[in-house]
Amino acid sequence: MDKDKRKDLIIALALIALLFVVVVVLEQLLPRTSMLFTVLKKGSIYALVAVSMNLLNGFTGLFSLGQAGFMLLGAYTYAIFTIPMEQRAVVYQYYDGGIIQFSVPVFVGIVLAGIVAAIFAYLIGLPVLKLKSDYLAIATLGFAEIIRALFQWDKLGGLTNGSNLLRRFPVFKSSIFPIAVSAICIAIIVLLINSTYGRAFKAIRDDEVAAEAMGINLAHHKRMAFTISSFFAGISGALLAMFQTTVQASQFKSAMTYEILLIVVIGGIGSITGSCISSFLFIACSEWWLRFLDNAETYIGSFHVPLLRPGFRKVVFSVVIMAIVLLYQRGIMGDKELSISGIRKRLAERKKKKVKP
Amino acid sequence: MNKTVLEMNDITMQFGGVVAVNSLTMHVDQGEIVSLIGPNGAGKTTAFNVITGVYPPTNGNVFFNGNKIVENYPHGKMKKLYAGTDNGKYTEHIEPTPDQITRLGIARTFQNIRLWKSQSVFNNVLIAKHMLRTSNVFTATFHLNAAEEKRQREETAELLNILGLYEVRDNNCTSLPYGLQRRLEIARALATKPSLLLLDEPAAGMNPQETIELTDFVGKIRDDFKLTVCMIEHHMDLVMNISDRIYVLNFGALISQGTPAEVQSDPSVISAYLGEDENA
Amino acid sequence: MGFLQTNLPYLLAGISTGGQYALIAIGYTMVYGILRLINFAHGDVFMCAALMVIYSASYMPLYISLPLAIVATGVLGFAIERVAYKPLRTAPRMSAMISAIGMSYLIQNLALYVTGGLTKYYPPVPFISDSIEIFGAMTKRVTIITPFVTLVLIVVLVNIIKYTKIGIAMRAVSRDFETAQLMGVKINSVISATFVIGSLLAAIGSTLFFSNYTGVTPTVGGMPGLKAFVAAVFGGIGSIPGAVIGAFIIGICENIIKGLGWTTFSDAFTFVLLIVVLMFMPTGLFGEKATDKV
Repeated sequence: MDKDKRKDLIIALALIALLFVVVVVLEQLLPRTSMLFTVLKKGSIYALVAVSMNLLNGFTGLFSLGQAGFMLLGAYTYAIFTIPMEQRAVVYQYYDGGIIQFSVPVFVGIVLAGIVAAIFAYLIGLPVLKLKSDYLAIATLGFAEIIRALFQWDKLGGLTNGSNLLRRFPVFKSSIFPIAVSAICIAIIVLLINSTYGRAFKAIRDDEVAAEAMGINLAHHKRMAFTISSFFAGISGALLAMFQTTVQASQFKSAMTYEILLIVVIGGIGSITGSCISSFLFIACSEWWLRFLDNAETYIGSFHVPLLRPGFRKVVFSVVIMAIVLLYQRGIMGDKELSISGIRKRLAERKKKKVKP
Repeated sequence: MNKTVLEMNDITMQFGGVVAVNSLTMHVDQGEIVSLIGPNGAGKTTAFNVITGVYPPTNGNVFFNGNKIVENYPHGKMKKLYAGTDNGKYTEHIEPTPDQITRLGIARTFQNIRLWKSQSVFNNVLIAKHMLRTSNVFTATFHLNAAEEKRQREETAELLNILGLYEVRDNNCTSLPYGLQRRLEIARALATKPSLLLLDEPAAGMNPQETIELTDFVGKIRDDFKLTVCMIEHHMDLVMNISDRIYVLNFGALISQGTPAEVQSDPSVISAYLGEDENA
Repeated sequence: MGFLQTNLPYLLAGISTGGQYALIAIGYTMVYGILRLINFAHGDVFMCAALMVIYSASYMPLYISLPLAIVATGVLGFAIERVAYKPLRTAPRMSAMISAIGMSYLIQNLALYVTGGLTKYYPPVPFISDSIEIFGAMTKRVTIITPFVTLVLIVVLVNIIKYTKIGIAMRAVSRDFETAQLMGVKINSVISATFVIGSLLAAIGSTLFFSNYTGVTPTVGGMPGLKAFVAAVFGGIGSIPGAVIGAFIIGICENIIKGLGWTTFSDAFTFVLLIVVLMFMPTGLFGEKATDKV
C-alpha cells in the first residue's frame, strides 16, 4: 500500500519534470509570441487562484467572492515593493517618486504579496466569517470593491500611484517561472488539504454543527482557511502583475472573481486537478482556440460564415458555461481527483474485464 | 458514593415566549447510565444543547467535574446593572462554544444523524481526533507531525475494531445501514476521548433486534471506556434495562426521577404518557 | 442661498438615484424573499431594458418602443427564471447562485456582442429629459419626477401584494415555500410573476436612470444592481418598504459623497454600509417587523 503510494509519487514527479522539459524545449522551438505560452502563463496563474478559491468554496464550504480583491492586494504589493529605485521617479511622476524608497528582490516581493493579502484577509475575516452562505458572498464581494476604491484613492498615491498604472517592475520572460511558482503553491495547498486541518475543513463543509460538536473551533478554522486561501490569491496576483507587466486597480473587478468562480465550477467544486484542468481550458478557449469566432471575415469555401464578429467568442463561451452550470453541475471532475493511482486502478480494472470473459 | 460528574442547577431555557426547559435540576454520577425521558417536545434535546453550549440558557448553571462550565441569569447580558438582583445565586455569564465543551470531555451524538457525508467511515472518526492534535497548521501541512498522524490513525483503527466498524472503514459513511450509522456517531464521539457521553436517541429508527444489540453495546462501552453516560431515549425496554436512574420531563419541567422501578410506578409519569383520566 | 445652490443638485440627484435604485431593489428583495437567491442577473436585466429601448427607438416612435421594451423586459425576466433557476430549484443554494452569476456573464457578453463594445446613448425622452431650473440649480426634469413615479408604483405594488390573489400567494410562498406548495399554491406561476414584476419595475427604473445618465455599456447594470441589492439588505431583505427606504438612503448618501469630492468612494461607501448592516443588524431596518414579506 505504502509502496504503491511512493511509486505513484515518483511517477507524478517524473511527469512534472517531463512537463518542464517539454516547456523548455518548446520555448526554444516556437516563437516567443506563440499563443501557447500566453495560455501556459495565464493558465497557471489562474490555476493557482482557482485552487485557492476552491480551498474556500469547495473544501471549507465558505462561499467567498473576494478573490479579485486579494489578487489586487498581491499585485500591488509586489509592484510597489519591487520597482527598482532608479525607475521610481518615472513611475510615480505625479507623486514625487512615491514614499517607498527601497526595493526588494523578486522572491521577497512575491512572498510579501501573499503576506499582505493574508493580513487583510485575517482582518476582514474577523467580522465577515460569522455570516452565512450568500451574505458571506456579498460581504466579501463588497470588501473587494472597497479595497479597489482604496487603491485608486489619490491620497494614497504616494504608495499606490492613485489611478495611474504601476509599471517597470521586474517581470518574467519564460513560462517556466509562473508554472513553477504555481505548481509549488498548489502542491502546498494539496498537502494542506490532505493534512488533519484539511480534513477538519471538509468536516466544516459537510456539517458545521457536527464539526463544532466534535471539538473543531469553527471561527479559528474558517479564519485559517480564509487567510491561507487569500495568501495564495495574493501570490497569484503578484504573478498576474508580472504577466501583464503593468498593474491598475480598475481591472480587478468583480467580473474577475466571477470568472475564477466559473473556472472552479467547470473544474468541479472540491477538485484540485479539476480546477487546474479547467483554468487551462478556460484560458485556452478565451485567448486562443475560440479566437476565430471573433473574426468577421471567416469563409468556408466561398461561404461567408454569418454571426462571426468581435464578441461572438464570449457569447459562445458563456453559453457553454451556462450549459455546464445547468446540465453538468458536477463539472469536469466532480469532487474526484485525477491521480496516478486512480488511473492505475482504472487500467487494472480494464485488464480484469478483458481477462474474465 | 461516586463523585458527581455533571450537575445542572435550575436550568431554564426560553425561546421567545416558549419555555422549553423550566428550572431543571439534575445530576449524573461517575459511571452511571442516566436516561432522560419524556414525550416529544418535553425539552430533552434542549437540555443537551444547553450542556453542550449550543444555546446559552436563560437561567441556571452547569457544573462538570466540579467546575462551572455554563452559567447565565436573566439579566446576564447587562451584568453590571443587575448584579446581585437575582438573589446572588447566579452571577456569572459563561457562554462556551460547543467545541470548548467537547474539549473539556463531554461528547455527544445527534438525534438526526449528522455524519460528515462526503467522508469515509474511517475519516469520520479520524476527523474527530483533530481536536486532540498538538500540531499546528504548518507542521501538519509539511508532514512534520507524522508520528502524531500515525498514532491517531492507529487509535482510529483500534476504535473501529472495538465497535465492529473496521470492516467497513473505507466505505462512505452514508452507505452504511441505519444502525451502523448510529454506531459510527458513537464511535466518532468516543474518538474525542470523553469522560461523559451524551446520547440523543441512539435507538431512534432501529428495529427490536438492533435495539437489543444497542443495549448491550452501551453497557459495554461504558465499562470499556470508563464512561459516564447520559441518554435521551424513547424505547422503554432499552431505558428500563440499562439505566441506573431516570429523569422524566414533561413540558420542560421535571415531573419524576429515580430508579427505573420507581419511575415506572409513579402516577405522574403514567398520566404524562397516557393523559389524565378525566373521570377520576 | 449659495450653500443651497451648490448642494441642492446633489440632494436632488440623490433622491432621484434613490428612486431608481428602489425600483431595481424591489426585484431583488422579492426574488430573495421567495427563492432565497441573489439574482445577480437582475442588474443586467436593467441594462438590457435600456438597450432594447435604444435599438427599438431607431425603428419606431418612442411612445411605442418604450412600452414595448418594458414588456419585453418582463418577458426576459420570465425567460431567465425558466432557463437558469427553475432547473436548479432542488439543487443546493450555491448552484443557483452560480447559475445567476453565469446568467449575468451571458447577458453581459450578449450585450457586448450586440453593441460591438461601443457605448450606446439613450434617446432623449420628451418631457422627462428636458432641463429645468430649480432654485437656480439646473437639472433634468426626470430628477424631480423619479421619486413620484417610484412612490406611485410602490403603492400599486403593495396593494397588489396585499389584496390580489397572486399577491397573497407570494406572501404565502415567502413565508413557507413547502407548505404553500402543499396548500395548492402554484409555485411556478408565483415565481414567474415575481420575476416579471421585478423586471418590469427594473425596466421603468432603467428609463428613469438612463434619461439622466445616457451612456449604456454592457457592464453598466452591475453597479446599480449591486447597490440595489445592498439597499434591499439594508432595508431588511424581503421587505418592500425597507428596500425602498434603503435605496433612497443609499442614493442620497452616494450623491452627497460625490458632492464632497470623494467620488472614488461613492461606490465603496455602499459596501461599507452593507458590511456595517450585516454586522450589527443582520435583519436590516425592517427585517423582523416586516409583516408583508414577499
